[in-house]
Amino acid sequence: MAKVELSGISKRFGRTAVLEDISFTVADREFLALVGPSGCGKSTLLRIIAGLETQDSGSVFIDGTPVDAIVPRDRNLAMVFQSYALYPHLSAAQNIAVPLLMRRLTPLQRLPFASTLMPQARAIRREIGAEVARVAEALEITSLLQHKPGQLSGGQRQRVAVARAMVRQPKAFLMDEPLSNLDAKLRVQTRAEIAQLHRTLGATFIYVTHDQAEAMTMADRIAVMMDGCLLQLASPDHIHHDPVDIRVAEFIGSPKINVIETIASDAGDVRLDGSQVVIDAQARPGEAVRLGFRPEVAKLTEPYEGDLKGQVSHVENLGSDVYVHVKAHGFAPIIVRTRPGEPRARLGESVGVEIATSRALAFGSTGRRLARRAA
Amino acid sequence: MTNWAARATGQATTASLAGAALQPRKRAGTQTLAAYALLGPGIVLMFVLLIGPLMSVFALSFTDYQLGERTIAFIGMRNFQALVGDPVFWKALGNTALYVCIVVPGSVALGLGAALLIESGTALRSLYRVLLFLPVMATLIAMAIVWEFMLHPIFGLVNAMLKSLGFAPQNWLQDGSLALPALAIIGVWQQFGFNMVLFLAGVVSIPKYLYEAAAVDGVPNAWERFRLVTWPMLGPVTLFVIVISAIRSFQVFDTVHALTKGGPNKATEVLLYSMYAEGFEFFRTGYAAAIAVIFVILVLALTLLKTSIIERRIHY
Repeated sequence: MAKVELSGISKRFGRTAVLEDISFTVADREFLALVGPSGCGKSTLLRIIAGLETQDSGSVFIDGTPVDAIVPRDRNLAMVFQSYALYPHLSAAQNIAVPLLMRRLTPLQRLPFASTLMPQARAIRREIGAEVARVAEALEITSLLQHKPGQLSGGQRQRVAVARAMVRQPKAFLMDEPLSNLDAKLRVQTRAEIAQLHRTLGATFIYVTHDQAEAMTMADRIAVMMDGCLLQLASPDHIHHDPVDIRVAEFIGSPKINVIETIASDAGDVRLDGSQVVIDAQARPGEAVRLGFRPEVAKLTEPYEGDLKGQVSHVENLGSDVYVHVKAHGFAPIIVRTRPGEPRARLGESVGVEIATSRALAFGSTGRRLARRAA
Repeated sequence: MTNWAARATGQATTASLAGAALQPRKRAGTQTLAAYALLGPGIVLMFVLLIGPLMSVFALSFTDYQLGERTIAFIGMRNFQALVGDPVFWKALGNTALYVCIVVPGSVALGLGAALLIESGTALRSLYRVLLFLPVMATLIAMAIVWEFMLHPIFGLVNAMLKSLGFAPQNWLQDGSLALPALAIIGVWQQFGFNMVLFLAGVVSIPKYLYEAAAVDGVPNAWERFRLVTWPMLGPVTLFVIVISAIRSFQVFDTVHALTKGGPNKATEVLLYSMYAEGFEFFRTGYAAAIAVIFVILVLALTLLKTSIIERRIHY
């Protein structure tokens, strides 16, 4: 198992910069999720770590050793592809065996009839067969081993791909959106299984996804990328409650964070239009400020009590939570989380919205989070 | 709202049921008629241009008809009996088989090699593609004349090259043991470009991620990569290319006609050339038709083999 370190990675495709000066370290045995919208460069970064793509500048270190000049085979990383990339002409068992066959047999022993002629090759092949069977049992795919990928369902193929990655103990697992081809229900189930796999293997995982829910539920730490830049790298809790950039705040969390635009006063105070609520943030006088607050930070009140007033425009009932959309004059609809037990808001009803100002986030005109005032 | 929707669907169903009940037979009749009318031109053309001539060749093969004669008589299987006893026919069949056996592996291997080289390179790809495909596009009879000059025993380019390298010059087209291989080499030269294009299409359609998976899985070199990914993924294309090449080289005629006329001493006598000579030089149309029937049966067998293999589709 290994520590993976990136230092100043940049990459351009033609004149488009895909990655700009990315540096971070993935600790040994850590589960790191690289998350961002499509086209943010996260897959390219993963492929640079794997050695499938070459960076224009910067270095990748595995366990402290630079691997920039080393081909994928010798980096000893395993990768699970979005398309699973199973060899269609080989059975599941043969697919899983490929990494071992390529590493343990000599070119001569790999020839078609070698195992009938050379007892040594036969012994190695038998050993490989036993290891394939062991991995298959761990992933509960023993009954599928003789099937070709074309005869397997998406979820089964995904397991075979994971088995192929697991079968040789690699230094780290790279996963490129391995769940995106599964249906929603299977995705949630597999999410837990991969997290469990990470715990049992105790291996370093680097997991690329565009789905913030996958990153939040599985990862030890999340790296949020956008437009080729790393915006924030922190634990899921931290990313959720303490985003450093409005793009991070908007990308993480479902439903999306509420954003209200306002202007800082001449004294640099940030407050909601027409309300007395002062947000704890240092803004330049007259700066355009965006205030973010998550649905769970707000609550519904009587119309005359809240910081904002508006009408209920839509109610989403998820069973465990009820999201109430409130249309306040001059603002985009605001989403407020309520509990099913609480009095139910009715469409068109006038309500007030109270915001826990200590948990509201203020972002400056550049999108960066504004520092809190010194107490 | 739900009620209203249910009622609307109900009405629609009733209406369409009524419409179907009113004139089902009439509509089916017009449809059949229209189908036949649209198929008509195709069927007629196929009968006039393909099935008709084929049937008449089959019919002729059971007669003693000679081109230009006014008489014709049914002679049963006697043409075929004569064929079986004719050493020239067996020679032609053997020569054709030998030609196929050289041209098919040669043009398939060269085509695959050229496709892989072009795909792995980066520069001048389209130039190489065009150059190697040129022999396929060119008229073979004209190209055969160029080859005749190149293979000329005295001032031919091939012999000049051999001499400058210190080898003895050969009388390529007049030497009984060299003439058929020489024609086969021309055949390979002419056909491999076509195979190359088919292989190129096959190579391009292999998904990139399989090569990436192979790289991560630890494939050590280009040869293992070829064995693990390229070759199996080209399986269906290869089968197709082999059968197409076999059918095409079975039909060898132009080069024989232009360069050797089946000589020297029947060394390059091939099936289609025998048929041509019998039919249009000796005017034994019935006999030529019998050769044509044999030829059609052989090509048909190859085609059936191809379809049965392709329908079995080894993987995915």
